[in-house]
Amino acid sequence: MDLIQHGFLRGIAYGLLIITVVMTATAWGMWLERKIAAQMQNRMGPMFVGFHGLLQPVADMLKLLQKEDILPAGADDWLFNLAPILTALFAIATAAVVPWSAQIVASDLDVGLLWVLALGGIMVVPVWMAGWASNNKFALIGGMRAVAQSVSYGVPLVLTSMVAVVFTGTMSLSGIVQFQMAHGWLIYWPPGPGIIAFLLFYMALLAESNRIPFDIPEAESELVAGISTEYTGMKFGMFYVAEYVHTMVGSAIAALIFLGGWDGPFHWLPGLHWMVAKTVILFVSVYWVRWTLLRFRSDQLMRLCWLYLVPMSLALLVFAAVWVTYFAA
Amino acid sequence: MATAANSPTESRYRLDQVDADADLMVLNFGPQHPSTHGVFRIKLILDGEIVIRAIPYAGYLHRGVEKLLEKLTYAQGVPIVDKNDYVSPMSNEQALVMAFEKLLKVEVPRRARYLRLIFSELQRIASHLLWLGTFALDMGGALGGGSTVFMYCFRDREGILDLFEAVTGGRFHYNTHTIGGNRHDIPLGWDKRVLAYLDMLEPRIAECESMTTNNSIFVARTQGIGLIDKDLAQGLGLSGPLLRASGVDHDLRRDAPYHAYDEVPVRVMVEQAGDCQARALVRVREMRESIRLVREALAGLPEGGINSGKIIKMPQQFKAQSGQVYAAIETPRGELGTFVIAGGGDKGTAPYRLKIRAPSLHALSALPWILPGHTISDVVVVLGSLDPIMGEVDR
Repeated sequence: MDLIQHGFLRGIAYGLLIITVVMTATAWGMWLERKIAAQMQNRMGPMFVGFHGLLQPVADMLKLLQKEDILPAGADDWLFNLAPILTALFAIATAAVVPWSAQIVASDLDVGLLWVLALGGIMVVPVWMAGWASNNKFALIGGMRAVAQSVSYGVPLVLTSMVAVVFTGTMSLSGIVQFQMAHGWLIYWPPGPGIIAFLLFYMALLAESNRIPFDIPEAESELVAGISTEYTGMKFGMFYVAEYVHTMVGSAIAALIFLGGWDGPFHWLPGLHWMVAKTVILFVSVYWVRWTLLRFRSDQLMRLCWLYLVPMSLALLVFAAVWVTYFAA
Repeated sequence: MATAANSPTESRYRLDQVDADADLMVLNFGPQHPSTHGVFRIKLILDGEIVIRAIPYAGYLHRGVEKLLEKLTYAQGVPIVDKNDYVSPMSNEQALVMAFEKLLKVEVPRRARYLRLIFSELQRIASHLLWLGTFALDMGGALGGGSTVFMYCFRDREGILDLFEAVTGGRFHYNTHTIGGNRHDIPLGWDKRVLAYLDMLEPRIAECESMTTNNSIFVARTQGIGLIDKDLAQGLGLSGPLLRASGVDHDLRRDAPYHAYDEVPVRVMVEQAGDCQARALVRVREMRESIRLVREALAGLPEGGINSGKIIKMPQQFKAQSGQVYAAIETPRGELGTFVIAGGGDKGTAPYRLKIRAPSLHALSALPWILPGHTISDVVVVLGSLDPIMGEVDR
């Protein structure tokens, strides 16, 4: 009894900590992205709120909170209101199992990777809820595209993660890292398939978190704002935050399962530094791609996924199985 | 159903794949939409994401410019038309004053004709830069690579606005052309500024090209999209880059030279494909050609007066003989024509009827023919490739 209560309280404390840390990191992740984008475009970016616009995320949040909450005529109010909450919930819940170093982990699940992939996959439900409940044709088309894209790109995402699972023999995220600390990072050992699996995972990640060149569901030049067309104020903010959390956790997962997580070239620096550095580099690279490339058309996106990414990830998985069975022993 | 289209309801592309029993959806694309380049509405009949029928509606920006010009004297009309094609005001002024000059039989001095050529070509670069930026924006989104190209293009377009400001004092409403010449001569050292700007611009166009026309995503999005063949282009009265992208070798600057184009000959850029990619390539090459033209014209810029003087001094007293004229120039968007019927006698101070032939209106008339069979994503690409300016369409 005592133990359960202890575990329950610990869960709440960790939960609050995760939400605080993730939301804070996300807010300044947005600031970072805006600054990087501005530098790429010969602009200054946010400059006026705080030193070099450092308080801009706070100002944005306050602005969103003050906005009028509009329920569009003919909208399904339950689904409409539930969708942003679920989206943000699922996005933040994925952060719970991310180990930031050997010690810093809220919940070191045995099936941590599965948990992340499952929550990423279920994100499609609230997105479709939003698209359907908005009673708006642009939102509906955006929702349909989002479902098609998430379901398709979920396949290579899972398959490439399974490559890591097959090599390491565990679904625990810290287990995967410990294996890499012993045998070398998966991106370069065994030679070849690791780097390809990483690149495929990265592309699928871009698609899963709706980033250019795969941001078809939003496609604001075509669909106004896609699923979030009818959302105002903090409900829109939740979609927005969820998108960034998704990208950040995705970057962390990629760093964990392919880049050795908190493993670094020298060990006198605590592992947390390496992990954060790798995550931030991947996070920034997502935005580098985003602010450079144009957007695919939805049918081209599907073709890319099913004709190239899925067969290649399947082949990698087979290779991994063969390698582990015959060579790794 | 893969034969040539006879009517807008009949599509040439992929319409045979459309399910006959499908539930169709009507989507009003615009007038408030980020990618309609102003206030323009297309009623799309959709089967899923495939466009079955597209019905364009223009007229949201009608300001009665033609009627207004009939109420003003000839000299007063010039600043009004600046706002027609608000991406290339210089061309609007030139099309109007050329018609009036023809009607009033006024000679334009040689230096003024050279200056008009330089202004018109710089304006073409500015207009095409704006087009390239917004076209990338249509394709890459406001929060993505598209906006990066957009920012680069607008930064470079600023340079041209600065040059025009140095001459006319205005960045947008120049009012620099008068009947019989130009109002402002170029300031001292302006030609050096222009040359320095052009030297800077050339590598930057290459930079923008690497992000657009040389980018494989751009090619995938534009190749084979929005096909306009030779017959359709000529039948709809398309002009400018749209016509040249469909394989018709036609350019008023070469075929009916005005300004000083007979002395500074133009190389006409023609593409055969007739799709969005061809239209993009034609425009990018035209920018390079315009750079060459400005350099040549600046090198050969003659000395002398810049206007014949009569009309600037007494605009109210100047009266036209009754008659009608049509003058056309090649703007960045195509043939911009002005048709004037002049009343004689007491009514000779203003046009009796004035009609502006806007190339963008003709471009939009192609939409019902070329949109069916494409997806919603292609609608914005096709619309962007036509480069319509609503101010000019609706007037």
